[in-house]
Amino acid sequence: MSIDRFPVEAGHIALFARAIGDPNPAYYGALSGDEPVPAPPTFAQASAQFDPDYFLRPKIGEPWFGSGREATGVKRSGGGGGGGGGGGLHAEQHFEYHRPLRAGDVLTGMVKPGNTWEKQGRRGGKLVFSESVVEYRDQNGELVVTARGVGVRTETVVQQEA
Amino acid sequence: MASVNVGDQRSLVLTEDLTRTQIVQYAGASGDYNPLHTDDKFTTEIAGYPGVFAHGMLTMGMTGRVLTDWFGAEGLLSYGVRFVKQVWPGDALTATATVTAVTDGVAELTVETVNQAGEPVVTGTAKAKVD
Repeated sequence: MSIDRFPVEAGHIALFARAIGDPNPAYYGALSGDEPVPAPPTFAQASAQFDPDYFLRPKIGEPWFGSGREATGVKRSGGGGGGGGGGGLHAEQHFEYHRPLRAGDVLTGMVKPGNTWEKQGRRGGKLVFSESVVEYRDQNGELVVTARGVGVRTETVVQQEA
Repeated sequence: MASVNVGDQRSLVLTEDLTRTQIVQYAGASGDYNPLHTDDKFTTEIAGYPGVFAHGMLTMGMTGRVLTDWFGAEGLLSYGVRFVKQVWPGDALTATATVTAVTDGVAELTVETVNQAGEPVVTGTAKAKVD
């Protein structure tokens, strides 16, 4: 996975700032006309909007695992509980800012797989952690933000016959 | 830039009552449309949770305000958290940032957001440019 083009836009920053409940006027340059418009610290995560393959966005014409007429639009074979494709939970997120990110930047995101490790869960079962690192570079190839995410999924222990 | 000393601390009430609509807003702005956050039917009947819950990244985004209000929207050098507890609609959240070190124009901080029960929901660290 990689993101070929993530245009950082003032309107998007304003919508993102509203969503995180941050009234800082600096983020609302799309409305005031003031520049430059800085991005909030976690804005790089909205690169998901520009990842053509991002699996947590419905794709036009394809089944979606959320509810419609039924509780899920994707039937899975086999049992096993858990989410219908939730892909585990977010355990950690870290950002390093090499310079401020601003409206007008056009980023690329290069994803590098990181480490994978396991831990014993408190209620039994195994927790599998996996890390991914995304390097966001600007139109000049300069590194702007490095994002490191850690996801966790539980691996259910198979019940043994008594 | 801010001038700070070790031990300086700021707290900020992020929300008194987190709404489902704010979670929907975050889904739309961030592009993370995981139904676990907005689709109660899927979340209870398929995923087996008591109901929808906030994106960890929404809590992290909200928490960032305690840092940017202090050091400015362009003042951070790093910001990272662990998601330690789920955040549910109706939760009240308060963030606190504490300076733990100051060296060569860089402040190191710990960050924590707690819910109405005083339980941490995210804990983390940050670095910011200071005078």
